[in-house]
Amino acid sequence: MTTASPLLQVRGLQVAYGTPAAPVPVVRGVSFDLGREKVAVVGESGSGKTTVGRALLQLLPRQARVTADLLQFDGIDLRTASERDMAALRGRRMSMIMQDPKYSLNPVMNIGRQIGEAVQRGQRLSRAECSARVEALLQRVHIREPARVAALYPHEVSGGMGQRVMIAMMLAQRPQLLIADEPTSALDVAVREEVLGLLDELVAEEGLALLFISHDLNLVRRFCDRVLVMYAGRVVETLAAADLAQARHPYTQGLMAALPSLRHRRAVLPVLQRDAAWSAE
Amino acid sequence: MTLATLSRPAPSGAWQAWRHEAAGTARKLLSNPLTAIGVAVIALLVAVALLAPWLATHDPLRQDLAAALQAPSSTHWFGTDEFGRDVYSRLVHGTRITLFIVTLVTVVVGPLGMAIGVVSGYFGGRVDLLCMRVADVFLSFPSLVLALAFVAALGPGLDHAVLAIALTAWPAIARLARAEAMTLRQADFIVAAQLQGASHLRVLWRHLAPLCLPSVLVRLTMNMASVVLTAAGLGFLGLGAQPPLPEWGSMISEGRRYMLDTWWTVAAPGAAILAVSMAFNLLGDGLNDALDPRQAS
Repeated sequence: MTTASPLLQVRGLQVAYGTPAAPVPVVRGVSFDLGREKVAVVGESGSGKTTVGRALLQLLPRQARVTADLLQFDGIDLRTASERDMAALRGRRMSMIMQDPKYSLNPVMNIGRQIGEAVQRGQRLSRAECSARVEALLQRVHIREPARVAALYPHEVSGGMGQRVMIAMMLAQRPQLLIADEPTSALDVAVREEVLGLLDELVAEEGLALLFISHDLNLVRRFCDRVLVMYAGRVVETLAAADLAQARHPYTQGLMAALPSLRHRRAVLPVLQRDAAWSAE
Repeated sequence: MTLATLSRPAPSGAWQAWRHEAAGTARKLLSNPLTAIGVAVIALLVAVALLAPWLATHDPLRQDLAAALQAPSSTHWFGTDEFGRDVYSRLVHGTRITLFIVTLVTVVVGPLGMAIGVVSGYFGGRVDLLCMRVADVFLSFPSLVLALAFVAALGPGLDHAVLAIALTAWPAIARLARAEAMTLRQADFIVAAQLQGASHLRVLWRHLAPLCLPSVLVRLTMNMASVVLTAAGLGFLGLGAQPPLPEWGSMISEGRRYMLDTWWTVAAPGAAILAVSMAFNLLGDGLNDALDPRQAS
């Protein structure tokens, strides 16, 4: 693997629902590169952040139509990859932490078995070995009493715990590309910092490429290297996370201005004024 | 987590947790008196089938023409039929045939219907279209009529009756499993499983099938009632179990010629069929209440 060509290249990614005659575009020409770095995707609800993530893994509902000029992961063209190729890639090389742990964990399988499925992929382990691995993974996402939690069913754990279980599950196969869809939204601040620290560690030590979907601008500014700002299905601005304050696009500026701050007291928080031109350009 | 979950000692293993769960379900089942009656009748049926040689007072096949068509008495509890065979003993041995048919049909239909349904619901599109149109063809005939046609084609006999009933019973199960699979197909946890690189087979077998199981189980139990009736119907028409086998339907068929004088030759097997099919229905209803979390009281 060379640093010359990035791990993931996306050019002109489009996703549309609806019939071919009357398509409803959801993602409209998204392009970006992702190397061994932490790139954030921010934007309001419905701007297509999650759809981009799922489109990369080809996990959109079948009625979605995905097209792209270039969609390349480590030299593999994802547009022509068969379902079998994708299944081989998913989990092992590219993975995704899903948004809502309540719906992303199988309700009739206990947590240990669900993570165990990922652990046992491609290798047969004895029962004891497998549960030891599962517990180690759970410990890594700071779950105390991993043995007890592994025996629980998803409805018996809290939202934050579920989210960490989800993270443990996705880290089980040590993917190279991780799409994290708001991985910390249900976590309290202390655990959030620990999980972010863990992701940071993986990026630094194992060269993980991280696509971090979020709408927490402050968090993104602190944690990520680059930021893609999405609005209405397209990337309106790409900039270094540190330069977020100097954003040029009015949408990004609007988002930044709408952030409340302790230091600058304001009587009224400005409301984002949308411009039809942003989505039309 | 609620206090109740915390105060309960954590199960030490999956097996114990499962036992805990099963005990809870069983308690819920038996708390409904109607279901309890159903369970009792079915338990009785199984016990009688197991102990048939000891419970029967006579050889069910031995004819004694001198003692034909006798009314119920202390020697022949439910009387005798036209060949002097003991109706009670035939009834007792008939439980084996009934159970044999019910079990075999269920064992064939359950996995088959579920497999077709889950595959059809999960893949959708053309696979779904094909499976469901075939199912529609089967569903468009009354099951007894279709079973009759099959048996007529295959030739009468117990095995063929089982096969015919199984062929008519799978579409209902498949429909149900398909509906369940369709609602779950786009669920995030199925996507999450695929995300980890799970193959279609794995998703179907490990993730979808267990979730469809409760409703399929209920449906299968309810289905047993109609299997009993269809089997008896085939027997009555002479296309199921062949004489001299003591099948309840064929017993009614043989007895009906003398029905006006000797009510017991018809009443005894008739009552048995009624009791058993009702018991399966009651059990199915009870299972529905016990297994469906949406109806939790």
